[in-house]
Amino acid sequence: MDLDKSMIGIASKPYIAEVDRERVTRFAQAIGDENPLYFDETYAADTAYEGVTVPPTFLVSLGSNAKFPLKLDFKRMLHGEQEFIYHQPVRIGDRLECTMTVTDVYDRVGKSGTMQFLVLDTEMKTEDGVLAAVSRNTIIYRPAKKGAN
Amino acid sequence: MKAITKIMFSDLHKEMQLPALSKPPVTHEQLVQYAQASGDLNPLHTDDAFAKSIGMDGVIAHGMLIMGFLGQYVQELAGTEAIVSKFNMRFGAMTKPGDAITCSGVVKQLTEIDGNRLAELELIAEKAPGERVGTGSATLTCKI
Repeated sequence: MDLDKSMIGIASKPYIAEVDRERVTRFAQAIGDENPLYFDETYAADTAYEGVTVPPTFLVSLGSNAKFPLKLDFKRMLHGEQEFIYHQPVRIGDRLECTMTVTDVYDRVGKSGTMQFLVLDTEMKTEDGVLAAVSRNTIIYRPAKKGAN
Repeated sequence: MKAITKIMFSDLHKEMQLPALSKPPVTHEQLVQYAQASGDLNPLHTDDAFAKSIGMDGVIAHGMLIMGFLGQYVQELAGTEAIVSKFNMRFGAMTKPGDAITCSGVVKQLTEIDGNRLAELELIAEKAPGERVGTGSATLTCKI
């Protein structure tokens, strides 16, 4: 199955992702990011965040519960680009309602033929319904190998 | 924290080269830790035998781990005065265990919008001078 524009707007069912202190700690440790902003309340209170927050890429670890809204060949998928847009700081203890939506599908001609791109936005809302952040994943969907499918 | 030179937001200026962050070499153990912490359990990043079975020399790092390094860098640059409001990365060459990543950046634009000062940064992650594993950008937002 190739991508086409009709896929734009297809969304996953919303799911709840909890921002758990231990997960944040393990995530920062794996990267080797020792910024006190993620664990030191006193330090964090005096920053622009006004409290402890999460590493900028932490939201990617909340995506694993998503039911992918499309049936695609995972072997053809490459993670091409990732973006995080923060509307407000994400806090430890937040229960974020996440919804993944196909927001764009486009082609680009490259060295190895036409490549297809799929843009998936995961919107993350707090329990008050406020949009906290968007995690935008751009996937390169490689051409199917001849003889495959 | 191995702090990079502390920079005040008011010191930033257009085309300013920001101090670099040099990460220790990526280790196999780190890839296992990152796999568990991130939930990306693709064996391509943790199992050499699997990686070889699909034609690779061995495991490669998660692209998101490298973005994590750039995220550490951007968050350190934001310091205590600014927040990271936008951050993106395009993935380039592969990173393998043993590669040491250096993060560097340049201030591309300084603007004021709705009572906030914004700094647009261009970011580079390299495994050796000129060998980019990713490029990206970030916006730091500082309330006036």
